Amino acid sequence: MFSGFMVHAWMVATMVAVVAGVVGFFTVLRGSAFVAHAVPQAGFAGAAGASLLGISTVAGLGTFALVSALTIGLLGRRGRHDAVTALALVFMLGLGALFLSWSEEYANAIYALLFGEVLGVSGNEVLATAALGVVSISAIVLLYRPLMLTSVMPEVAESRGVRGHRMEMYFLVVVAFATTMSVPVVGALLMFSLMIGAPGAARSFTDRPFCAMSLSVGISIAIVWIALAASYESDWPVGFFVGVLGAIFFMGGRGWAAWRGSRVGQAERAGQLAL
Amino acid sequence: MTIVAGLLHHVFEPGFFSSEPVHVAVIVGGVVALVSAVVGVFTVIRGQSFAGHSLGDVGTTGGSGAFLVGANPLWGFAIFTILGAGIMELFAARRPRGRDLATGIVLGGALGIAALFLYLGTTETSTTGATITILFGSMFVIRASTIPVFVTLAMAALAIVGALYRPLLLSTVSSDVAAARGVPVRRVGILFLLAMAIAVSLSCVTIGAILSTALLIGPAAAALRLTKRPGLALAWAALIGLATTWLGILLAYDSFYWPPARRGWPVSFFVVALVFAVYLLADLASRRTRRHHRAAENPGGPDARSSGFEETVVGDSLFGAR
Repeated sequence: MFSGFMVHAWMVATMVAVVAGVVGFFTVLRGSAFVAHAVPQAGFAGAAGASLLGISTVAGLGTFALVSALTIGLLGRRGRHDAVTALALVFMLGLGALFLSWSEEYANAIYALLFGEVLGVSGNEVLATAALGVVSISAIVLLYRPLMLTSVMPEVAESRGVRGHRMEMYFLVVVAFATTMSVPVVGALLMFSLMIGAPGAARSFTDRPFCAMSLSVGISIAIVWIALAASYESDWPVGFFVGVLGAIFFMGGRGWAAWRGSRVGQAERAGQLAL
Repeated sequence: MTIVAGLLHHVFEPGFFSSEPVHVAVIVGGVVALVSAVVGVFTVIRGQSFAGHSLGDVGTTGGSGAFLVGANPLWGFAIFTILGAGIMELFAARRPRGRDLATGIVLGGALGIAALFLYLGTTETSTTGATITILFGSMFVIRASTIPVFVTLAMAALAIVGALYRPLLLSTVSSDVAAARGVPVRRVGILFLLAMAIAVSLSCVTIGAILSTALLIGPAAAALRLTKRPGLALAWAALIGLATTWLGILLAYDSFYWPPARRGWPVSFFVVALVFAVYLLADLASRRTRRHHRAAENPGGPDARSSGFEETVVGDSLFGAR
């Protein structure tokens, strides 16, 4: 389990988990679950197009992820943000369907892109993933304060001169980067599970942002490691374990919050939340 | 006369009107477009686009499960979308952000299971086309015998929305006002989710699970850019839905000899692309008319962007009709 190609798999999966934990924390905080779901799926269309043209899948994936993130950001200024996200998403997926119908490469490649193929990672891909991961994390570190401010207290942020919409665009670009590094590994459909499940669970345990973010990274690493080991043993797709474990951790967090809430008392908890 | 005939000959490739799959596609596509448009208007107004999209993806799980056990995918889609809607409602929090999170978790879990079903299905039977059909659909492979089922389910969804029309609008605009007037807000929400689940499962079969959102959200969102009145929006959405679906079918039929593969472009692509184009046009149109309005009403005044749907509904259709 820890030899040969599996070493690459463990390294890449851990990096993806760290980035998903950090970026996902803000995704949950900002209520951008839908965007986090849409951008990876758009990336899938790009990957399909790239395989048609015979160029690097990651290049296609990155381009489409970036374009869709910017489209959502621009169109979402007017109109309903969620409807625009849905439309951009299905349009990209429609393009993906078209590219797939043109290409000769069928089910297996698509399946890997949608649900992940962690077990066939090459040395070059490890480097590319690491580079993109470093970019995403440093972007979050640079943007930490304004991003936090616009996420939690948009009015205060506005009064201090932080542009809410510009922050949203920056954040969408970070999501696109995180997507590009993760999709070839965990798949378009399940990158999202990691980005929502772990931070969603973490927020049930603590209200302090830094604690929650660390916990989110921890849970996300745990999910990925368990999923990888289970997938290696059972031969079932990694995506299955990631998706189901994400839901289990989230429900565990909710259960814990409910249990603690009944102990501490509803009133006090409501007070904490308001803070 | 000959020019017109020649043009028609090019627009409608030979055999379009006599082809059995085309007949079925036109009927089923029309029914589905209609239901999706009507349900979609409320979905967009209620800000439940994400739930609508997630139900489609949850449907993937049902479709692949049905494929695994050899059942008709329509039942798989229908059962799983309805189940998914129930679980979302169970988790749902009061705040919209909490609702999105709950939706996302259900979605993630369901997709994981879909991955397993597809994996088992494709490794055990070695038919690889199933993934594509379930995810991206194809209107041309629907059998004529399933039309009555489609129509029945569509009628059920329309009946729910029709019966709930007023309480649905009221609880959408303000759940507090609705509750004060004795509308069972939560029950209305659950019934609406049921209608949405039916509509989504129907469009899952026709244009594919992960593209079903196009028919649900697209025409409705475009219609709501054109008008703020709910009744008119319903009509526009239905019109746009029907037009894009039928045009999509026609183009897909014509595309059979197009490059590069010469085996036809997918119907779903045409429908989705047309829907997106219509939305962009509607967006442009609404911006132009709004600029006119703003210039006429208060030149140089503050941005009138927020004069949204809510005030209009409260203003002239719900409370004005007392």
